[in-house]
Amino acid sequence: MTDFSIIQSVGAPLPLNNLDTDQIMPKQFLLGIDKSGLAHGVLHDLRFDAFEVPRANFVLNQPAYSGANILVAGSNFGCGSSREHAVWGLMQIGIRAVIAASFGEIFYFNAANNRLLLVTLPEDAVSELMREISDPASSGLVIDVAREVVISASGKEYGFSLPARQKSMYLEGLDMVGATLKQLPQIEAFEQAHWASNPWMKVDLPTMRNFLPSWAGSLV
Amino acid sequence: MVARTLYQKLVDSHTVARIDDQHVLLYADFHIMNEYTSPQAFGGLAARGAAVHRPEQQMGVVDHVIPTHPDPVAKRTIRIEAAAAQAANFTRNCDRHGIHLFDVTDPAQGIEHVVAPEIGLIRPGMVVLCGDSHTTTYGALGALGFGIGTSEVEHVLATQTLVYRVCGNMRITINGKLPFGTTSKDVIMYVVAQIGAQGARGLAVEFDGSTIAGLSAEARMTICNMTVESGARAALIAPDATTFDYVKAYATDMPPEMFEQAVASWRELKSDAGARFDQHFTFDAADIGPYVTWGTSPDQAIAIDARIPAADALDADAIKALDYIGLKPDASLIGTPIDRVFIGSCTNARIEDLRLAADVIRGRKVAPTVRAMVIPGSGLVREQAEAEGLVHVFIDAGFEWRQPGCSMCLAMNDDFLEIGERCASTTNRNFEGRQGRGGLTHLMSPPMAAAAAIAGHIVDVRKESAHD
Repeated sequence: MTDFSIIQSVGAPLPLNNLDTDQIMPKQFLLGIDKSGLAHGVLHDLRFDAFEVPRANFVLNQPAYSGANILVAGSNFGCGSSREHAVWGLMQIGIRAVIAASFGEIFYFNAANNRLLLVTLPEDAVSELMREISDPASSGLVIDVAREVVISASGKEYGFSLPARQKSMYLEGLDMVGATLKQLPQIEAFEQAHWASNPWMKVDLPTMRNFLPSWAGSLV
Repeated sequence: MVARTLYQKLVDSHTVARIDDQHVLLYADFHIMNEYTSPQAFGGLAARGAAVHRPEQQMGVVDHVIPTHPDPVAKRTIRIEAAAAQAANFTRNCDRHGIHLFDVTDPAQGIEHVVAPEIGLIRPGMVVLCGDSHTTTYGALGALGFGIGTSEVEHVLATQTLVYRVCGNMRITINGKLPFGTTSKDVIMYVVAQIGAQGARGLAVEFDGSTIAGLSAEARMTICNMTVESGARAALIAPDATTFDYVKAYATDMPPEMFEQAVASWRELKSDAGARFDQHFTFDAADIGPYVTWGTSPDQAIAIDARIPAADALDADAIKALDYIGLKPDASLIGTPIDRVFIGSCTNARIEDLRLAADVIRGRKVAPTVRAMVIPGSGLVREQAEAEGLVHVFIDAGFEWRQPGCSMCLAMNDDFLEIGERCASTTNRNFEGRQGRGGLTHLMSPPMAAAAAIAGHIVDVRKESAHD
């Protein structure tokens, strides 16, 4: 069973800011109907050239970093498209945590929902870590989730803070849908009051389909 | 009573329960799905044996993978096997749960964020969610819209709610008359360039000021749509007479007395005097020119008469971007030859966008070195453009007049850039490889893209007379 409280691994440096989810999981890998088969697509154009040959200079293709479970990345990691495939894919190549100064907003919640740990550290701490792990001899990292610290090979500790909810979601693997389903009676009570005071907010698409604008009358 | 922002009012009115000091259980009045970010959500629902709580408040649209060949819609087929299977799977999922789907052969099919407002589904005060980052579009009508991931799509399907972290507030005020030759696309590209690709990260941005007040509802949609490129979680514009007129024209199912009652309530949808914003920017419309991106992030953009930053002003990201895009520091973008022109996307494929582009090309021809296409945002937009005669303007000029879809905005269908092809594009993201591996994207407004199609290179639309 996976131990979620400690992640101990080589950290791979990925010093690119604004690394968007189009680059983390390009469009040609988004045509599936389940979550599988995304490993090849992760960071595809950075990992492989136009002839599908691995780029020797890319960090995850270097023997010292190819088994990394931790990425140390530039700021605004995972910005752009909402595609959760980016998170699924990273996990399928063994990434369990990403350390960066900031993350794209939707990516952040997608990661939480899949137990991909995102650690936010100040910009200078990320730069310092990046420098240290750039030498394969000092690329080992430990993330102690319970204590909320990242420990580098030199023994330096970088404290981070996980919001309580994200921490328990990560450590306990909370089933959010299951939890909210138990609140359905409360949701239904809310709906009745909400629609009573705002009747125009209750749309019924199948019925509305009959009310398309008049200039579209010839279409439907 | 504590003074609240418009954003806080929308969150408060949709809070089913407080979860902790940061999170609420947020009610969604409407939920929109596409074929590529929903399959695993339906799969999760099936695995737990759960039902869709409110199927009539859901909508499906096949838009990301759909081809845009000019075949009649009734005969539309998806030729890419995996994409066809994904669309078929979507049809099955929607049928099974009684969800209305704008399918491949539906004449009203289009890009989700174009279809939903024009069917009259988006009303001020609503919360609208969709597994697509450009859901921020709906803020233009005073509705709180934002993108969610697939796990969250499953949560909304099952419960019509979302566990939501309430965010901070940013206000962006823009005053003054928009200069000649500029559009709302230039406004938002200017804003993103000013505040940066993460300038509004995690914040709800409210736009106000006389420039915004003077814009049409569709022009406002362009602004709210692309606000997400500054990292914003949501974009909002307080509803006003322009909004009410738009909703009245499109939400034709609302009885007059309900509409009047709604308008009375919508007038309260504005930030209170003294409401606290975490950040406030004020810009002058006079400083805005036609904007074009020079790099691979939407904030790497300049006014067309400015120059790409000089070498000593470039950071590592900018150097990498310039290397990819094949341009030099301190250069002008004017005269950069282009191979393709793409007019389309949820940012710029509504009827007003097509009119603006048509005005530039009327009576002129696309340069022989350029392949130019127009992808109307929906079947209804396409129909209206045909009724107005715009179709002849585009076709006579040499544009391809195609069927609706997301198309080459993200190239999930069979429209894409070849390696090294350079495109003048009215879309929202110039990320590396977004429009096709090795493709080079320059974001700009519809008039600027249209002018580039005629010239064969990037030009300043203000210097191009309609008939030269």
